Amino acid sequence: MISLVHFLVVGGLLFTLGLVTVATRRNAVGVLMGVELILNGANVNFVAFGRYGPAATTGQVFALFVILLAAAEAAVGLAIVLAIFQTARTIDVRQADLLRE
Amino acid sequence: MEHEAVHGLEALAPIVATPAAWLRWVPLLPLLGAMWNAALGKRLQARLGKRAVHVVAVGVMTAAFAVAVVAFSTMLGLEPEARFLEDSVWTAAVADPLRIDLGFALDPLGMAMVLVVTGIGTLIHVFSIGYMHEEPAYWRYFAYLNLFAAAMLTLVMADNLALIFFGWEGVGLASYLLIGFWWRDRDKAAAGMKAFVVNRIGDFGFLAGLLILFWLLAGAWGTGTAPGSAGPTLNWRELRDQIALPGTGVAEHLQAVRLLGLPALGLVGMLLFVGAMGKSAQLPLHVWLPDAMAGPTPVSALIHAATMVTAGVYLVARLDFVYALSPTAMGWVALVGGLTACFAATIGFVQTDIKKVLAYSTVSQLGFMFVGVGVGAFWAGAYHLVTHAFFKAALFLGSGSVIMACHHEQDMRRMGGLGKVMPVTRWTYLVATWAIAGFPVASGFYSKDEILWKAFTARHLELMGVPVPWLGPAIWAACLVAATGTSFYMFRSYYMTFTGSYRGAVGGHGEHDAHGSGHGSAEDHGHGHQGPRESPLSMTAVLVALAAGAVLASFLGLPAVWTGHEPALERWLAPSLTAGHSVPFTEFPHALEIAFQGLGVLAATVGWLGARALYAEGRSHAPEALKARFAGAWSFVNQAWRVDALYDRVVVRPSVALARGLSRFDGVVIDGAVNAAGAIGRFLGRLDAAIDAHVVDGLVDGVATVTRRAGGQLRRLQTGRIQTYLYGALGGALLVVLLDFLVP
Amino acid sequence: MSPLRRTVLWALATAAVIAFVVAMGRMAIGPAAEEAARPAPGAVGLPDVLFFLLAAVAVGGAAAVAISRNILRSAVGLLAALLGVGGLYVFLSADFVAITQVLVYIGGVLVLVLFAVMLTSRITEVAVSNTSVGAFGGILLFVAVAPVLAAVAVLGPWSAREPAPLAPTTRVIGDALLTRWLLPFEVASLLLLATLVGAVVMARKEIKVE
Repeated sequence: MISLVHFLVVGGLLFTLGLVTVATRRNAVGVLMGVELILNGANVNFVAFGRYGPAATTGQVFALFVILLAAAEAAVGLAIVLAIFQTARTIDVRQADLLRE
Repeated sequence: MEHEAVHGLEALAPIVATPAAWLRWVPLLPLLGAMWNAALGKRLQARLGKRAVHVVAVGVMTAAFAVAVVAFSTMLGLEPEARFLEDSVWTAAVADPLRIDLGFALDPLGMAMVLVVTGIGTLIHVFSIGYMHEEPAYWRYFAYLNLFAAAMLTLVMADNLALIFFGWEGVGLASYLLIGFWWRDRDKAAAGMKAFVVNRIGDFGFLAGLLILFWLLAGAWGTGTAPGSAGPTLNWRELRDQIALPGTGVAEHLQAVRLLGLPALGLVGMLLFVGAMGKSAQLPLHVWLPDAMAGPTPVSALIHAATMVTAGVYLVARLDFVYALSPTAMGWVALVGGLTACFAATIGFVQTDIKKVLAYSTVSQLGFMFVGVGVGAFWAGAYHLVTHAFFKAALFLGSGSVIMACHHEQDMRRMGGLGKVMPVTRWTYLVATWAIAGFPVASGFYSKDEILWKAFTARHLELMGVPVPWLGPAIWAACLVAATGTSFYMFRSYYMTFTGSYRGAVGGHGEHDAHGSGHGSAEDHGHGHQGPRESPLSMTAVLVALAAGAVLASFLGLPAVWTGHEPALERWLAPSLTAGHSVPFTEFPHALEIAFQGLGVLAATVGWLGARALYAEGRSHAPEALKARFAGAWSFVNQAWRVDALYDRVVVRPSVALARGLSRFDGVVIDGAVNAAGAIGRFLGRLDAAIDAHVVDGLVDGVATVTRRAGGQLRRLQTGRIQTYLYGALGGALLVVLLDFLVP
Repeated sequence: MSPLRRTVLWALATAAVIAFVVAMGRMAIGPAAEEAARPAPGAVGLPDVLFFLLAAVAVGGAAAVAISRNILRSAVGLLAALLGVGGLYVFLSADFVAITQVLVYIGGVLVLVLFAVMLTSRITEVAVSNTSVGAFGGILLFVAVAPVLAAVAVLGPWSAREPAPLAPTTRVIGDALLTRWLLPFEVASLLLLATLVGAVVMARKEIKVE
C-alpha cells in the first residue's frame, strides 16, 4: 500500500540528491539543476501532505507557486551564469572565489 | 729565687702633684708646626722661599724649649719630693675601673729628657737649615722633623704606659719617614722599611710585657687589696705608689706569681726590654741602625744618636721600680747591654764610612747605657744618656759638615787633611771624640766611669732566677775592652778625616762612586769645583754649642769620691728614680773606685795611641798590611759579623716565602671559592635568562603564534566558494538535529 | 593542500558522518522502532507497481543528475526526474500541478537549462564537472542526510487519514488562486516581471562607451 511515507521518502531522496548535486557540481548550470531537484523534492512533499492531510488545495497551490518561482529563479540564475561566462570565460563555480578570505 | 728587693720603696708616700695646664704645649707646639708645614709648606716654599718653612719649624721648637725652661724653673721652685707637674687633657678610654687618659706629667727624670729633646732638637733644627739648604723637599723634611719632636715629647711626658706606647709608635713612624726621606732611591726606602720592621718586632715584646704587667696588676688588686688602693692602672706614678705602699700587697704579689716557670715580674721586665732592644738597637735587633744612616745626617744626629734610640733607656729608668723587684730582668738587661757594647765596638774598627762608624759607636754606647740601668745604677744610665746626646750629636753634625764640604763624600779613605780648611769642625769634632773616648774634662768620662764602677760592684744580678754574682765584674771587663775600642776607632775616624792630606777627588765627579749607603739623587747637585771649605755659620755655631755642652755636662756628674756628695744629676733625679736606693751594690773602698777611674783613662789612652800610631797623618801603611793579613776576619767583621745575612736566611726569606705561599693560597683557594660563588651566581643568572627567554617569552610568543596560526588556518574557511559554505550550513543543521536528540 | 592533510581531513569527516549516523540510528530509530506499530503491508496491486516505477524514474533521473560527468547526461537525467515527479503528482490526484510541472518545468526550465548548457560549454568537453571532492564528498553528504530524512519520514507520527477519491482539481485551484491566494498570485506576477527585466539586463553584453 502506498502511503504518505512512501511519498515522503521519495521526496527526501530527491531532495538529498539535489543537495548532493549542488554540493559537488563544478558546472554552474549543474548546480542550478540541483536546485531544481531540491525544489521538486519539496514539491512532492507538499502535494503528498496535501493529499493525505486536511488541505489538499493548499498543498497544490503551494506547489504551483513553487514551480512558478523555480522558473523565475532558473531564468535569473541562468542569466547570471551567462554573464559570468561572458566575463570569466568559464562557469566553474570553483573559480568564482573573489570573495575568499 | 727572687730576693726581697723592696727596701726603701715603703718610704714613699703618695705625693702632691702640681697641676700645670700649659704642659700640653710642649708636645703640641711641634705637632702644630708639623701640621702647618705638611699642609702649607709646599706652597709657602714655592712662593716665599725656604725661609718661610724653617722659620715656622725652628720657631715652634724654640717655643717648646722655652716652655720646658719655664717648667724647669717651676720645678726648681718646688721641694724635691713635690716636683711633679701634671696636666690631664682628656680621658681617652674608660673600662671600669681602668682609665686611660691623654695626660702629661713631668717629674725630674722627664724634665731632664724634655730639656735634652727640646734643646738639642732645636739646635739640630738650626743645623738643618744649612745642611738641607739645597733640598727641594725642604718643607717635608721640617714637617717630619717636627712630627718626630712631637712624638718624642709625647713619649717622654706621658703619664701612663699606654700613651708612652703611643709616643713609642709615633717616633717609630717619624724615624721611618725620615730614614726613607729620599725614597726614590730603593736602598734608602728599604732602609726605612728595615728600621720599621725591626722596631715592630721590638714593639711586640713591649706590648706583651705591658699586657702581662697589666694582668699581674689586675690580679694583685683582685686578691684582697688594701682599702684606699686605686685599682688597676697604667699610670706609672700611681703604679709606683701602689707598689711602694706597704699593705697593698702589690709588691709581694708581683714577686710571688710565676708564669711558665719563670717569675712573672722577670718576664715582664725582659719583654719590656725586648721593646727597648728594638728601639735602642741592642743585639740582636741592632741591624736597622747602621742602615738608618741612609737618612740625612741631622736626622741621624737627632733621632739615632740623641733621642729616639734613648727611649729604651728612658723606659727602663721610668719603670725602675719594676726592674728593682726582679734581679733576673736586671741581669738580662745588663748582659745584653754589655754584649752589644763589645760587639758594636769590634765592627767600628773596620768601617770606612764615617757615618757607619758613628752608627756602630751609637749602638755600643747604648749598650753602655743599658749596662748602667741594668745593674741598677739608673741615674748613671740616664747621665750617660745626657752626655751621649751632646757628644754624639756633635760628632754626627760634625760628620755632616765634613760630608757636605767633601761634596757628599762619606768614605773616610777619600777624606783627609780637612783640619786645615775646616778648623771649627775639626776642633768640635776633637772635643767630642775626647768626650766619647772617656778622658776627664769632657763629660763622657764621668758617665762612663760611673757605669763601669757600678757594674763592677753589682753582685746581685741573676739570670733566669739563678744568682750570678760574677756577672757584674764580667760585664765590667767587657765594657772596659769596649771602651778601649771606642777610643781607638773614634780617634781613627778623627785622624783619617782631619789629618794627613786630602785624598778626595777635587772638582771631578769621582765622589759619585757608590760607597757606604749611597746618595739620593736629590742630594747630588753640581757643587762648585772647589775643594772643601768650612761650613756656614748656622752649622758651625751649633757644633760649638754642642761641644760646649759636652764639656759642661761634666758638672752634672762629678763623682762623689771627688766632691764628697752626690753628683748634681743624681740628686736631681732621686725623686724619680726611687728604686735606685734599694739596689744592693756591694760597698768597696773609695781608693779602689779612683783606681778604676784611672783604669778607664788608661784604656782610653791605649786606644788613642793605637789610633794615632796607625792613622795619624795618613803616614802608616800598617792598616793596609793588617787588613791584607787578616783579610777573612776583616771582611767578616766589616760585614757586621754577617748578622744581616743570617737574618736574611733565617727570617726574611722564610717570611717572604710564607707571604708568597699565603698569597698563592689566597689567589687560588680563596679567590677560587669567591670566583666559584661568583660563577654559581653567573650560572644562575644565565639560567634565569634562559628561562626568561625561552619559557616566559616562549609562552608569550606562543600565545601570539597560536593566535596567528589559528587565524591562518581559520581563514581557510572563507574559500569564497558557495559549495563550501553549503557544506558548512548542512553540517550545522545536522549538528542541530543531533543536539535535539542529545539534549533531553 | 598537501595530500596528507587532505587524506586526514577526509578521514575525519568520514568518521564524523559515520558516528553521526550510528548515533542517530541508536538514539532515534531504536526507541521509536519499538513504539511504532507497523501497519500491515497488505497486497501489492497495480497502482503500487506503477508508483514504484515512477519513483524509480524520478530518483534514477535525480541520481543521474548528481552522478553524471557529462552535463548533457545530467540534463537528460533532470528530464527524467521531472517527468517522474509529474507522474507522481497524478498519483496524488494533482492533475493540474502535474500538467503545470510538465509544461513549465520541462518545457520552460529544462529548455532554458539546455540553452544555457549549449551556450556555456563546449559539447566536446566531457569532464567539466567532476573533481576529487565531488565523488567522496557527495557520498558522505548523501549518507549523512538521506538517513535523517528517511528516518523522519518513516518515524514521523503523521496523522494519516484515508485519502479522498481521485478528482480533478483545476477548478478548485483556480477558485483558490483568485480568492484566498489572490495576493500571492498578484505578487508572483510582479515577481515574474521583475525577473524578466532582470534577466535581460543581466544577460546582455556590456555597452562599450565610444
